[in-house]
This record gives sequence, C-alpha cells and structure tokens, in this order.
Amino acid sequence: MAILIQGGHIIDPGRFNAVGDLLIDRGKVAAVGPDIKAPAGATKISAKGRLVVPGFVDLHVHFREPGFEYKETIQSGAASAVAGGFTTVCCMPNTNPVNDNQAITEFMLERARAAGLANVLPIGAITKGSEGKELAEIGDLRRAGCVAISDDGKPVMNSLVMRRAMEYALAFDVPVVDHCEDLHLAEGGCMNEGLISTELGLPGIPAAAEDVMVARNVSLAELTGARLHLAHISTAGSVRMVREAKSRGIKVTAEACPHHFTLTEEVVRGFNTLAKMNPPLRTWNDVQAIKEGLRDGTIDVIATDHAPHASQEKQQGFTEAPFGIVGLETALPLTLALVDEGILSVEAAIGKLTTAPAKAFSLSKGTLAVGADADVAILDPQAQWEVDPSKFRSKSRNTPFAGWKVKGAVLTTIVAGRIVFEAPVVA
Amino acid sequence: MSLKRKDLLSLAPLSADDIKLILETADSFKEVTGREIKKVPALRGRTVVNLFFEPSTRTRTSFELAAKRLSADVINFSPSSSSVVKGETLLDTARNIEAMQADIIVLRHSSAGAAEALARGVKSSVINAGDGWHEHPTQALLDLYTIRERGLAFEGLRVAIVGDVAHSRVARSNIHALSKLGAEVRVVGPPTMMPWGVDKLGARVYYNLDEALHGVQVIMMLRLQLERQGRALFPTIREYARLYGLTAERVKLADPGAIVMHPGPINRGVEIAPEVADSLSSVILDQVANGVAVRMGILYLMSGAN
Repeated sequence: MAILIQGGHIIDPGRFNAVGDLLIDRGKVAAVGPDIKAPAGATKISAKGRLVVPGFVDLHVHFREPGFEYKETIQSGAASAVAGGFTTVCCMPNTNPVNDNQAITEFMLERARAAGLANVLPIGAITKGSEGKELAEIGDLRRAGCVAISDDGKPVMNSLVMRRAMEYALAFDVPVVDHCEDLHLAEGGCMNEGLISTELGLPGIPAAAEDVMVARNVSLAELTGARLHLAHISTAGSVRMVREAKSRGIKVTAEACPHHFTLTEEVVRGFNTLAKMNPPLRTWNDVQAIKEGLRDGTIDVIATDHAPHASQEKQQGFTEAPFGIVGLETALPLTLALVDEGILSVEAAIGKLTTAPAKAFSLSKGTLAVGADADVAILDPQAQWEVDPSKFRSKSRNTPFAGWKVKGAVLTTIVAGRIVFEAPVVA
Repeated sequence: MSLKRKDLLSLAPLSADDIKLILETADSFKEVTGREIKKVPALRGRTVVNLFFEPSTRTRTSFELAAKRLSADVINFSPSSSSVVKGETLLDTARNIEAMQADIIVLRHSSAGAAEALARGVKSSVINAGDGWHEHPTQALLDLYTIRERGLAFEGLRVAIVGDVAHSRVARSNIHALSKLGAEVRVVGPPTMMPWGVDKLGARVYYNLDEALHGVQVIMMLRLQLERQGRALFPTIREYARLYGLTAERVKLADPGAIVMHPGPINRGVEIAPEVADSLSSVILDQVANGVAVRMGILYLMSGAN
C-alpha cells in the first residue's frame, strides 16, 4: 500500500522546496524529508532528477457529461486530466441538462467515482438552466458537493441577478465564478476584434466585452463582499482592473489559460478553427499583460478551460465551429515555458497549478503536507516531446498545439495513494 | 503566362502582376462576348460546379454564362435542393461533387473562410464567389476591369468606396486590389460601419461624404443592407440616405468625368439617387457585362487550359 518516492526535487509551493523523499501510506502523505526509510512492502519509485509536486488542480474544465458524451465523458476527461498531471478538476455546469440541481451533481460525482481516476468536483449553475433569470438551488448544490457556482459560457447579463447570486452565495461561503463577457458587445463575434478580424471579415469580440463585465463583477463583489473568481481573463484591461481591485482588498481571484499566455490572434489566420475559443486569442499586448499579471500575482491561477469538441464540429466554417480547445494534456509544458522565459520560478509556476487554485475554491488539495490526500505528480521538467493529438486520452483532439515541440512531461500521477497514470516508456 | 495557383480565394495574396494578368486575359474574352456566336471551345470537356449557399442571381448567372461561353459543362447547386439541409458538412458536399470529377468549384457562402476551408479539402480548383464579409475577388476584378476600360490608370487613381465597409466583402477585395495597383483608396461611411483598423489596410477613412468625394475619379457605392437598421448601425434609412446617399449634386464634387459604380443590386433612393444610377457617369451595367468576360478569363486561367 505504501509508496516511497525517492530522491526527487520536492516542491510543495510555500512549504517545501528541496531534494528529498516522499512517503505515501494509506492514501495520505505520511512523511516528507531526507532519507525516509521504506516500510516493508513499500513500492519504491526513484525520482532522481525529477520534480515531485502536488497533483495539479484545474478550476475550469468541461467534461460534457451528461449530454455531450461524444465530445468527452467524465471517464475520458479524468483520464486526460491524470495524463496531464491533474488530480483534481472542477467541471463547469454547461452540460445537458445543466448542472443546476442536486440530482445532476450527484450523477456527476457517481460517474467520477466509477472512473476512479481524478477527483472530479462539480461546479453548480448560478441560475436555473444557466438562463440568467432565477437563482438555482445553490444551497442544495453546495450540500451535494458543488465547490463553486458559475454560468460559464452563458454569463449572467442581468446585474441584479448577479448581485443576488453573490449575496446568496455568502450564506454558503461558495465562490462565484464568472465568464466575463457582455453578450451584446460580443454579439455574433468569433475572434478578437482588431486588424485581423477586419482582414478576414470575421465578426469581432472587442476586449471591451470582457472589460466591462470584469468592472461590473468587481463592483458587485465590493458591494456584496462575495468571493469572486474570474474565469479565463484574456485582456490587459482585465488584468489592470483585477490588480486594482486586489489592492483595495476586494475578494477577487483570477485565472488565465495557457493558450491566452502562449498564443495571439495571429493564429486565427487561415480561418483556423482550432484557434477559436472564448474569450478569443488576443493581441501581443494582452499576452504581455497576462504574463505580467501571472508574474506579480494579480492572476492567481492557471486553469485550462479544457473544452473538447468533436472533429466534425471543428471542421465547420469558422463562424459555425464551436468555441474551445482541449488543454489538460498540454498545460504543463506551456506553463513551464513561463519558467524558461523568466516570468515565473518553478515553484511559482507549480503554485499556480496547485496551491493557488486550491485556495481560490477552499479545496483541501494541492499540497504535500503530512496528512493530506496523497495526490502527487512526478514530472520530468526537461523531457522534450512533440504534441500529437492522436495520443491524447481525451476523446477530442481539438488543440492548436499539434506538432509543437514542448518541454516538460508528466511521468507518474498518483491520486489518493494510487498510481493512476504512468507515462508510456518511449523506446 | 499562368496564375500558378490552384484556387482564387482572395485578392490579398495576389501580386499586382497577377491582377494585371487576369485583366489582360479578360480582354480577349471580352472580344468573344461581342461576337454573334459567343462561344469558344477553351474549356470543352471541363466541368464547373456553381455551389451557392447564399441566394444570388447576378453572380451565379454571370459564372454560368462565363462557363458556358467557354464550352464547359455547368452544374448549379443550391442549398435548398441539396443535401446541406440534411446536415451534410460543406466539405462532404464538396467531396461528393469532386468525386463526380468537377474541375472547378465556384463557391458562394455566408461564412468568411468557407472557400479557404473548401480549397484545403478538395483537389478541384476553388473560386470564391463571396464568403461572408471576407472577400469577393471576382467582383473586385470586374470592377477593376471596368475602371481600366474607361481609360483610367490605377497608379494615383483616387477611389471613394462609400457605405457599409465593415460588412462588405466587395469593399475588402477592392481595397486590397486597388492599393496593390497604386490607387488612393478612400472609405466613407458612418463610424459604425468602419471595421477596426481599416486604415492599416491602406485606405483613408472619411465620415463625411462631400469631403471624401473631392477630386475622386471613381465613386464606388456599396449596397446598404436595409435589414441592418435597428441594429444600432444607423438610426434610419432616411438619415443614412441624407448623409451617405449619392445625389447628382454630390457627383459634381468629384473629378469631372468621374464614374459611378455599384456591385448591385441597387437601392434606388437610398445609397444612390435614381438619376445618378441612370446617368452617363454610371457604369453599373458595364460592370455586369464585364463580369462575364472577367469570369471567363478567371475560369480559363484556373483551368490550366492555357
């Protein structure tokens, strides 16, 4: 039952950063330190030259079950997660039916138990059917196991409804997550509004569509005192406003996605539907602002917005194709690229994937503290590989990173003391 | 001489020489369209498929005539009669057409990029006959042909494109082509109808029509999509017509002898006054006539039959 991971560089952000051993026993972290003796019968894993870190926590995935199982199931999504080093994932409620009630939440948790791979934590809807009108039964959702509430993909446009949701959420100390997009400003848009949308003749989504909603949400968080978490911010304006809000003590956390700090709208040229996501890829200036936000702590969390879609959906015309890309299996190398660029230390980068997301949603995850659930990832930060979507564990292949040569690989993923993923040995 | 490309999807990547080659090729076909027997055997045995997902009479008929005058076999596909309504994707439809040995597919689609996506998926040559707001290359080429036919040189030519530039594929193609040939392009319309950064494509932006018309040799009017009223782009058709409608008075602000163009169909009394549309300076019907010759030239070049 016990596993001893020996000689790895252990990083438990904010707590431990040194070469040592990690002992796992009965599903928990039993000891961390130098020269730990292996108990009888323990499995030994040599981690020399490897990083040993808490399993990653993704606050933003779409596992499509129930309703869109042809894109992803909780089983395939969880397999994709652990292949990417993620041991805990939070599922957005835009399933069909929407996760706006206890029964759907329980169904999702049951599917996650059956999959037995990662910790799959549902996020409940803010409003019934995510229609932005009446509040969902947030108390029930919380009790059934939802860790946050969000109408992701269908932002709550009515500011009064959003105010009431934030107030109501206070009773359960549950974070309110918003996908910031003014649907009127964004109407019909399918890429960032700018020179490239002008050249391609594609309807644009201006940065202002995000900015005005970030401003609104920050104001409402200040008014209500609610815990606000901003999903996938993509603009320089958002970063600026979150920075200012934090400096004034407003309870706001923010996440950024690897594609938003790695790619610009240039990738859309050629009407590349794999570069179509919402929020859209923005400009070089926005990318710089996101990186600066990650560096100075304005952006707490790196989340993937893992959004699987079937190939026939992405093969439609650019305006008809759905928004979104898969992200769980490419997040690590894209995040470590920020370390090579000198924007984050390794510890800070790992923190954005572990400690920080756990803190934002108050999850007892993302740590290697003695007694914590033994959710661990062993990484080779130097391993070079080429992104090959056909090898993804996800059911879907929609990534703009196919063929990229990247650095940093997941070797082993452990959830509750059980090895759930081992990288195939490359001959 | 040849275009050295499989498809004609947009004018943005074409060189000035490419454009000149197309116009020169059209010259010989213009002569054909003036004969009593308007037919040459250049594309005999070739198949041209008009795949039109958007209603169009002018462009489709023009392509059909062009192909027939080249002796090609022509098939017209339109969405209501095809399997598209049954949920088949554009690419699957096109592959089926290709399997029937179509040499050239002429595509009109409401989505920007549709022609490019299609061209990537099939071996047949694809000609873009208008994709969303993106480009309408053959329209711009026939516009250029008409300008040239009037003896106007492109270098230094002043052209005003008037109307809803943001939502116009005709405007985009013309801005690209005219700039490449050395013309000075002015775009005119309300700011709500100007796409972001259009000046960076090489056009000068005007909000005042009278100002923009000063000294131009070509006035290119765009069709106002009347259904856009109520979408906060302009308050009323009445006010739009007052601010941006081309009247006989306004034509006088341009160079003497300036020509008036319109890709059609025209809204008389909205973007263009009836007396202007019917005036001697109007070349609107020449555009239509030249459309056939220019498309013959394009089909000929794309077929590799030269």
